[in-house]
Amino acid sequence: MAGLAATLGSGAMTDAIANIVDADLLFVTGSNTTEAHPIIGLEMKRAVRKFGARLILLDPREIELANFATLHLRQRPGTDVAVLNAIAHVIIRDNLTNLNFIEERTEGFDAFAASVADWTPERAEAISGVPAQDIVDAAYLYAHARNAMIFWAMGITQHTTGTDNVKACSNLALLAGHIGRPATGLNPLRGQNNVQGACDMGGLPNVFPGYQAVADEAIRRKFAAGWGVPFETFGAKPGLTVTEIIHGALKGDIRAIFIMGENPMLSDPNLTHVVEGLDAVEFLVVQDLFPNETAQMADVVLPAAGFAEKLGTFTNTERRVQLIRPAIEPPGAARPDWAITLDLAQRLGAPWQYDGPADIFAEMATVTPQYAGITYERLERGGIQWPCPTAEHPGTPVLHVGKFTRGKGLFCALEYRPPAELPDEQFPFLLTTGRILFHWHGGTMSRRSPGLEEIAPEAEAEIHPDDAARLGVAEGDPLRVTSRRGCVVAAARLTRRSSPGMVFMTFHYAESATNLLTIDAVDPTAKIPEYKVCAVQIEKLGIRNYELGIGRDTEPSNPLIPNP
Amino acid sequence: MIQPDRVVQTTCPYCGVGCQIDLHVKDGLLYRVNGRFDSPVNRGNLCVKGRFGFDFIHAPDRLTAPLLRHDRGEPFAARHATTWDAALDHVAGRLRAIRDAHGPDSIAFLLSAKCTNEENYLVQKLARAVVGTHNVDHCARL
Ligand code: SF4
Repeated sequence: MAGLAATLGSGAMTDAIANIVDADLLFVTGSNTTEAHPIIGLEMKRAVRKFGARLILLDPREIELANFATLHLRQRPGTDVAVLNAIAHVIIRDNLTNLNFIEERTEGFDAFAASVADWTPERAEAISGVPAQDIVDAAYLYAHARNAMIFWAMGITQHTTGTDNVKACSNLALLAGHIGRPATGLNPLRGQNNVQGACDMGGLPNVFPGYQAVADEAIRRKFAAGWGVPFETFGAKPGLTVTEIIHGALKGDIRAIFIMGENPMLSDPNLTHVVEGLDAVEFLVVQDLFPNETAQMADVVLPAAGFAEKLGTFTNTERRVQLIRPAIEPPGAARPDWAITLDLAQRLGAPWQYDGPADIFAEMATVTPQYAGITYERLERGGIQWPCPTAEHPGTPVLHVGKFTRGKGLFCALEYRPPAELPDEQFPFLLTTGRILFHWHGGTMSRRSPGLEEIAPEAEAEIHPDDAARLGVAEGDPLRVTSRRGCVVAAARLTRRSSPGMVFMTFHYAESATNLLTIDAVDPTAKIPEYKVCAVQIEKLGIRNYELGIGRDTEPSNPLIPNP
Repeated sequence: MIQPDRVVQTTCPYCGVGCQIDLHVKDGLLYRVNGRFDSPVNRGNLCVKGRFGFDFIHAPDRLTAPLLRHDRGEPFAARHATTWDAALDHVAGRLRAIRDAHGPDSIAFLLSAKCTNEENYLVQKLARAVVGTHNVDHCARL
């Protein structure tokens, strides 16, 4: 979420889910909301159907929300910045800007206006394939709306230009003044249930909890005092990101990796690289619920308790901190992750004492300003949206009211950069990846649910019927999808949801791990890998599904690791 | 209808929406989930994952004991279960040895978007304050 942090000073969703129905315009890009965030998708549909909101969809695929859209801009994957720049161009050209807002609350407008002066809708059409008139219409719809909300998810951040995409959305909100009021704003939909919380808690190499920079000496002093450790304990240099950790393991700089509750074997881009990296370290510890692909490589596997077996808090995508409560006992010797960590810290000589999660939360709140006023006692009465600075503060549904976290909202001039890898003669198709409704992320949870597995049991590659006809492929045929990095097999699904020349696959299935194909070129600022776009070739295989071991008759198996 | 032993209010573990749910428990088994009508997030609604996807918690392949392996080539099934004391002593010993030999920045920690705030807070504190490294990240940028 580096894009928003730069333009507004804070990287979280600026508005609340409950306000969606009050918006009169929803602008959704790079989010298949009805599948990835179904209940937010439901609110969007309710806003359109029941309350007459209009919906602009900027998405290459004919997703479900397209049925609710006033306008569907189907850009070529990776050309978002071109389209968004052209929308900004029209807003400025036709005097649709909110001049008061720009004057009072933003900076950098003049330079930005100059930078989009030559981004005509026609130029964007040539790059993106979106008709110029649709771009003009989108500009008018967005700027004329009373309250407009912009939403995006990984479809927009998983590009080498991900940070730019976010900044381009931010430019639109600042131009039209659609931020800082209820039912407006910039709303990144976070994927997994507690991504927001993991980031808030300092699960990033450059910040302590509460996004307090490790490079800042005053902050390091504060944490040294708060945690009772010598100031010299903390380096001033940020640590390594996931991708850098894997590279470091390959170079021999990283000797041990401790992994809690993640399966990077499935969720990382360019999987072959990850396997080699994890294999190269001297010592790998995995703490998880299941013997997943990563756990199988570990030297020590520690059994963890699941969500229904422990007390704690999750923070949802709208910054709402909510309790989870134990309903059942963990199986066998499994223990909550916090208890394991505490035990390990004590063995490493730390004098830590905590009575339980409430106690840990209370300490965290003393060093994390956004959470300072939140206690378990208050959470018992319902979730609270941060920032919540004091015990009396009711929480903050809408961010940036009256003032941005960084002071003034910053316009950013953006150059269009094409994706790192585009189709060519040898790899003529463009692969993009995403989620489906019935499964979740790497599938470690949902694929163990017999009901969900029955509905969506096998990996599919969606291709356009025209391409299928050309390749002689019928529905259900096994396809081999090959990129410069690897190849996987999946069943063909013929659909007009994707445009000709595109292949769409999910990353829920271990037996055809799509991330074997994807590229680990990363966005230079946010370091999010470019999952969404890479070049592939497709061929039909002459054998049946079951002979390949995909489909409902077989157990999930990883192509890289022999079955246990 | 089955009468639950307990109904526990909690948060759906699947996606970032954070729907509020009631878990119905009978004889130590989770058998039913419904959406909370008093939640401003989901107003009683749930998607298919939240309503029916909870049975993974009772999956037969849940890990139930700490596992150690002796050498790299060993198949997963051959690993032997051990006690928490033995496992954590081993982990602490190895981490300490690696830190002493190669410095704190030779160790990295991956946190989880599926674990709680308290757990993530504690592991990053372990990394930064006890081991002494900022090599802390999670897979949410993925
Ligand atoms: S019920 Fe569905 S939408 Fe709600 S949190 Fe769970 S997975 Fe997300």
